[in-house]
Amino acid sequence: MKTFVYIDHFKGDVQPASWEALGLAKSFGTAVALVFGAGVDDVAKAAVEFGADEVLVADDASLKDYRAETYASTLSALASSHSPNLILLPSTARTRELAAMAAVDLNTGVLTDLVGLEANGDSFVATRPIYEGKLMEKTVCAGKPVMATIRGRAFPKPERAAGKSGTITKVAAAGEAKSSVEGYSASESAVNLGDAGVIVSGGRGVSNNPSLTPPAGLDEKQAEIWRAQQGFALVTELAQLLGGAVGASRAAVDGGYIPYSHQVGQTGKVVAPDLYIACGISGAIQHLVGMRNAKVIVAVNKDADAPIFKQARYGVVGDLFQILPALTEALKKKLGK
Amino acid sequence: MKIIACIKQVPDSEAKVKAEGGQVSWGDAPLVINPFDEYAVEGALQQKEAAGGTVTALCIGPESAKEALKHALAMGADEAILVSDPALNDLDTVGAAKVLAAAIQKLGGADMVIFGRQTLDNGAGLTPPQTARLLGYPMLGLAGSIKVEGSAVTVERVLEEGRQIMKANLPAVLSVVQSIGEPRYPSFMGIRKASKATIPVWSLADLGISTPAAVVTRSELITPPTNTREVEMITGESPAEIAEKLADKIIAEKVL
Repeated sequence: MKTFVYIDHFKGDVQPASWEALGLAKSFGTAVALVFGAGVDDVAKAAVEFGADEVLVADDASLKDYRAETYASTLSALASSHSPNLILLPSTARTRELAAMAAVDLNTGVLTDLVGLEANGDSFVATRPIYEGKLMEKTVCAGKPVMATIRGRAFPKPERAAGKSGTITKVAAAGEAKSSVEGYSASESAVNLGDAGVIVSGGRGVSNNPSLTPPAGLDEKQAEIWRAQQGFALVTELAQLLGGAVGASRAAVDGGYIPYSHQVGQTGKVVAPDLYIACGISGAIQHLVGMRNAKVIVAVNKDADAPIFKQARYGVVGDLFQILPALTEALKKKLGK
Repeated sequence: MKIIACIKQVPDSEAKVKAEGGQVSWGDAPLVINPFDEYAVEGALQQKEAAGGTVTALCIGPESAKEALKHALAMGADEAILVSDPALNDLDTVGAAKVLAAAIQKLGGADMVIFGRQTLDNGAGLTPPQTARLLGYPMLGLAGSIKVEGSAVTVERVLEEGRQIMKANLPAVLSVVQSIGEPRYPSFMGIRKASKATIPVWSLADLGISTPAAVVTRSELITPPTNTREVEMITGESPAEIAEKLADKIIAEKVL
């Protein structure tokens, strides 16, 4: 059984679910890692250390910035010449496009966002959530190779063996770019909710601290955003202490408190961290579908009737502006940080 | 500018969806336009307002999916087309892309084809890039903003790592995210116009294609166990006492 594992990275920073995909591939047999980009030797070496039996590297100026068309053509060409049984990719914004297009080229299909994958002879049965996680389906792909994207944190991450050496083979890039990358906007910081073990999220309630006096000269809306930012500072402090990420409800994003990339829920990200702390989030269904698969959910809200408490393991009815700093302090002490 | 917004009809987000006899059932919950696709229609209308032209809403589905198309018309789309055929019941994403690409070609192509990020039901998000690949159009996915200048389109893609600014020549396929702007409510005039509109229905024979064979199929449907655990409310005399108790509970869960 030979599996291709596509290592997804952004300027050399690897999406950790790529290594989880590598670990899964090893459980089926031979794992061949694919690394595309320009100047990606370090990523290729890391793939060896995480257990790849071989790494195919397409290191080419034309692959410097991710473009769906060239990356898909390169993947399709390699799959045609190497005939893997399975192509695994971590589930990210880029790989959805890349896998979708390569599947068209290879006349096969993609099983997306998997939380389970079992080999059955030389075919595979995948498990994935549908209808916003209200149902699960088992699904199969009749095409060859089978292509699949796996959800972050759904499969174990293999150990890294630093300094391990292995076969790294250069391969050619293929395809023609149909777009150009003009740049990156610094207005939004990197947010990797899908991979976070802990997420601390804020909702509309974070703007609700009447004891704060905004600086003079702000209009009503600006003052609300200023207040919310003070609230999110508390959320961020706790998230940082726990090595986690900052999430937000749609209400907080729509209110202009925090960029869209932080949004958890139906039109944002679906997450499944070990710990999810919801602060000032009432728990609309659109938010709940995005976080209800977290292992432990803690909710802090002023309103005892807020629906978020129906999903939570632990609840606190209270003022998040008092509870959050106290919780950060208590955890800091107890964790010896 | 000729813009096509591709939409789907799905059960409402509030619907209690369950597995019944191996099929998905949502009881008598209403079917609505896929919420992500409302952003596609909104994005299309914004571009029409900026550059002139027409917006065509395109949907694959049963006769009842005309309601989703009427929603797009009521928002302001100029025309709507339904592709409906009994042979299309078991489409996978590539199959849907093949049907959409054929319908777009029958419409004489487009300058921009706009999708929502994904559907609420299957949620794979594969159909937009697959349609782009089949049409040979560039794919600009997860756009949070769109700007057309002459024959080029520039978008800001919302990625895990921040925003990526990408440019391509038209025609292009785009998928959009929420940052594009809140979908407008249908106006009274729009609703009246939509209720009177005749929506053409195209069959596979009209498109001149055979039924795409599904490569990806479902073998089993599972209802996940429901959350039956009770919430444990943490109380105390002071925030410090509550925080102390809560911190102990969190640490005891061994999730840190």
